[in-house]
Amino acid sequence: MSKIKQKSLLIKNGHVVNPATGTDEVCDLLILDGKVEKIGKNLTADKVTVLDAKGKVVAPGFIDMHVHLREPGFEYKENIKSGSEAAYKGGITSVCCMPNTQPAIDNAMVVKYIQSIAAEVSPIRIFPIGAITIEQKGEHLSEIGSLNEAGVVAISDDGYPVKNSELMRRAMEYAKMFDLLVIDHCEDPDLAHHGHGVMNEGKTSTILGLKGIPKESETIMVARDIELARLTQSRLHIAHLSTAQSVALVRAAKKEGLPVSCEVAPHHFALTDEALSEFDANYKMNPPLRQQEDIEAILKGLKDGTIDCIATDHAPHAEYEKNVEIAYAPFGVVGLETSVSLGLDQLVHKKVISLSQWVDKMSTQPARLLNLKDLGSLEPGKAGDVTIVDLEKEVVIDENQFASKSKNTPFKGWKLKGAPVATIVAGNVVYQSEDAKEKVSKK
Amino acid sequence: MSLKWTKKDLLSLQDLSKEEIELILETAQSFKEVSTRAIKKVPALRGKTVVNLFFEPSTRTRNSFEVAEKRLSADMMNVAIQQSSVKKGESLIDTAKNVEALKVDIVVVRHSASGSPNLLARNLKASVINAGDGSHEHPTQGLLDLYTILEKKGKIKGLNVVIVGDVAHSRVARSNIWGLTKLGANVTIVGPQTLIPSQVEELGVSISNNLEEAIEKADVIEMLRLQKERQEDNLFPTIREYGMLFGLTQEKLNKAKPDVLVMHPGPINRGIEMTSEVADGKNSVILEQVTNGIAVRMAVLYLVSGAQVLENDEQKSAVK
Repeated sequence: MSKIKQKSLLIKNGHVVNPATGTDEVCDLLILDGKVEKIGKNLTADKVTVLDAKGKVVAPGFIDMHVHLREPGFEYKENIKSGSEAAYKGGITSVCCMPNTQPAIDNAMVVKYIQSIAAEVSPIRIFPIGAITIEQKGEHLSEIGSLNEAGVVAISDDGYPVKNSELMRRAMEYAKMFDLLVIDHCEDPDLAHHGHGVMNEGKTSTILGLKGIPKESETIMVARDIELARLTQSRLHIAHLSTAQSVALVRAAKKEGLPVSCEVAPHHFALTDEALSEFDANYKMNPPLRQQEDIEAILKGLKDGTIDCIATDHAPHAEYEKNVEIAYAPFGVVGLETSVSLGLDQLVHKKVISLSQWVDKMSTQPARLLNLKDLGSLEPGKAGDVTIVDLEKEVVIDENQFASKSKNTPFKGWKLKGAPVATIVAGNVVYQSEDAKEKVSKK
Repeated sequence: MSLKWTKKDLLSLQDLSKEEIELILETAQSFKEVSTRAIKKVPALRGKTVVNLFFEPSTRTRNSFEVAEKRLSADMMNVAIQQSSVKKGESLIDTAKNVEALKVDIVVVRHSASGSPNLLARNLKASVINAGDGSHEHPTQGLLDLYTILEKKGKIKGLNVVIVGDVAHSRVARSNIWGLTKLGANVTIVGPQTLIPSQVEELGVSISNNLEEAIEKADVIEMLRLQKERQEDNLFPTIREYGMLFGLTQEKLNKAKPDVLVMHPGPINRGIEMTSEVADGKNSVILEQVTNGIAVRMAVLYLVSGAQVLENDEQKSAVK
């Protein structure tokens, strides 16, 4: 039996921001039996739980389309239960989980397995992403049709690029039959030293004597994939883009009308490679932290719509795996529990993008790209998935408070303005911050 | 000496101020005399325990630290660990914490992974001295090079120093770049473009791909050791061609200033980075570098242990 319960809820006096309809005003939101019933002023309903959202922002539930839940195979880092908890504590109502599990999500059975575990343990929505190739080895196509039928929302070999251009072409052509999004981790493995590169190649890698990953290892693959999108006219999504040149390539592709989209992770708009100066592996991820000029281009790309959405690339690792010589540490940082605060603090409060643009990138756009037609908007008839945030709430990132099994955040101790205060899935309040709890009244 | 040494660890020359570097060099000067005595020993570190934790083979640096520790009367212990077994078995932190549980005061560490000493310093109470980490830094080598130049030239400020070879992978080059630029030398790095690290000019050095041009005005030429396996990574076509373009011969050296110093951190690949004629010639100060290494390492051990005493005293007075 699914833990997602269809419930009714009346959210009063919140500042409703719904980019899909252009709604951006203080009003009420009524959810009946898990679906949005109505948005309007002075709504009332009988026998419905009421949540007072006065002074808070009410947005369509946030979707993180790039998460590593690690189950099956690496449950010591994270599992579906702990990952879900991290998500809803972070204001995320839907999570797309990447296929680099053990076994990989390269067949319908693993998809069904994840769905059944999720139904048992998770009160939020979990959407598996299927592997493009068997075991993500880049050799043979997975049964993409069966994966689609089982319910994957996209395909990707994330963690690895599909190096073989012919195979990537065929995957894109094949996926097009199902209108599945093809997500690529863009990296030229030779330029990136086959996983032995540690950080961005530049002044800081030179100072630290760490093997550098040049920006071109990403942009060469972005350029190739865009060419393949032109050839196949299939929908291509560039995962975790990190460089100024990648932003420029995607911008040009979009201008040309090619079906290309992309995401950025919060660490790539909030940190530069100088953060690695103490050799702390909590700043090691792939693609690596880049330079100030890249952040500036990413901020521009967020502003002008080149970058469609924000996704965390939540990649949990055990403390003992990260507290080693940085060259030996695995890539990746956790992100589910810091994404909302980083977006509000670094993007909205700093006026890089408007609140509505930010909500669009956290919810509406990922829903559109993944064909999640019930999600991403608060129009009547859509799912009653809601994220409520407090723009003014100040938080200090404390990894010991994380619900995630792993604590590998690069944002330890950061003071941020803005935080999630309630997470609602199908009208069901799955999470409320302590200070927001007294706001619920049962009728 | 008005400046007091306060650092628990010596991890890099990047971390040090000009004054701190000068303090080490001055301290080294007073320790150099100890090695000329009939009884080569002072009690400065009596009762202190130093562990030389070497995860990478080294004879030269380890011997130098060992002699320095003994001449300071420290109790010392060598721990050599095969890196392969570390990667498979115990983590660096666990190894180091086990060593620390023996109540050692100073850990001297050599490791092939950049930043390992930083990782240890964050996790240990004992002082950590970096004896070379990956391609990051080799601060005591940098200091002994500075000491040798200062001894021979009487100054560092304004000198033209040329560093030749595989700068991209050289920890010696990085420590020298920091030390030399902080003390006001003009540094030029020379090598094939494939061995010049990215954006290195932002560290305040000039770049040249032409050895003969670069050494014309040099006061000091520091040659780096070439790791032969770089050829397999296609960083240059052959050792022969490397030697032809970037090896120092007497013929090339004749075009430099007559009093130019030729240095090398050792061990030398004779016939590759320099000919024997140059290595053993009148401009070479390579063996003096080795001798000065002892004095510099004595100074570092002494200062670091003093900072520990300071820290302990502060803790004690805080308790009172």
